[in-house]
Amino acid sequence: MPLELCRIDDRLIHGQVVLGWGQQMQLGFIVLVDDEVAESEWERELYRMGVPPEVDVVFETVKGAATRLAEFQNDPRPGILLTGDVESMVRLVGMCSALRSVNIGGIHHKNGRVQRLRYVFLSPEEESALRALESQGVAVSARDVPGARAIPLSDVLSGKGE
Amino acid sequence: MNSPDVVPRALIAAHGDLAAGLASAVDRITGRGSVLLTLTNAGLGADEMEATVRELIEHDGIRAIFTDLPSGSWTMAARRAMRGNDEVVLVTGVNLAALLEFVMRDDLDPAAGARACVDRARAAIAAVGGGPRAA
Repeated sequence: MPLELCRIDDRLIHGQVVLGWGQQMQLGFIVLVDDEVAESEWERELYRMGVPPEVDVVFETVKGAATRLAEFQNDPRPGILLTGDVESMVRLVGMCSALRSVNIGGIHHKNGRVQRLRYVFLSPEEESALRALESQGVAVSARDVPGARAIPLSDVLSGKGE
Repeated sequence: MNSPDVVPRALIAAHGDLAAGLASAVDRITGRGSVLLTLTNAGLGADEMEATVRELIEHDGIRAIFTDLPSGSWTMAARRAMRGNDEVVLVTGVNLAALLEFVMRDDLDPAAGARACVDRARAAIAAVGGGPRAA
C-alpha cells in the first residue's frame, strides 16, 4: 500500500504532485516512469531539482519499473508512481497485475484529443486504452488534486465529470 | 498587460491567474506593467508550455523569465526552452518586490535586471507579530 498513487500526468513532477499530493501524503518517494527521461541525465537532474530533499526520486523505464514494482510497494514510505502518458501506464499495468487503480491527473491539449475535463484531453486511442484497462479490473478515475472529487472514467468519457 | 508600442522585457509564467495579477500590480504601482508578458499554465501540456517559451525566446527576444514555483511546470518548461542559451535568465519564486525592482532597473539589460532583483525579492518576505517564537 505504500505506493499510494499511480498517476498519469503529462507534466510529470510539478506543483500539484510535489505540493498538492506530496504534502498531504507526507510523500517519501516518487517513481517517475518514462523511457526517455530514464535515459537522459539532463532530464533526470531537471526533475530532481523540483523535489524537496526529503523526497527520493527514482527514474525508471516502463520495463524497469515493472521489474522493481514489488520493491516500491514494500517501501514503508508513501510513494507516487508517475507516467507521462496513457500508453506507458497501460504497458506498465500489462506487466504488473498488482496495479489495480490508476489516477488521471493531467493529460492536456494536443492535436487529435478531445477535452473531457478541464485537465483531461483524450484521443480516441487513449479512450479505448483506458476503457480496456477498466475492463481488466483496474479502477480508473480522474482527480487533479487531493481536495477534488475522484471522477470515474465512465463519467469522464460521458461528459458528466464537471 | 502589453500595449503594441511597448517592447516586452520579460515573461512572467505562473499558476492560475498569478502572472496577470502580478503584472497588474506592477502597473498600478509603477505604470510599467506593459513591459511584462504574462502566461498561465491552465489547460496546457508540458510540450505546449515549452514551445510557447521557446517561441518567446527565439522570436520575441525574451531574455528574462520569472516563474512562481521551483517545482512548477513553467519552471521545467523554461529550463528546457533556454537550454544551451546563456543569454536567458530564469528567476523562480517570483514575487511583487522582484518585479518592481526589475521594471525600475531599465538601465540594465533584461537578463542582468533579472539577476539583480533576486536579493530584493528575498528581502521582501518577513513574518511580523504572532507572539514569542516557539523554541
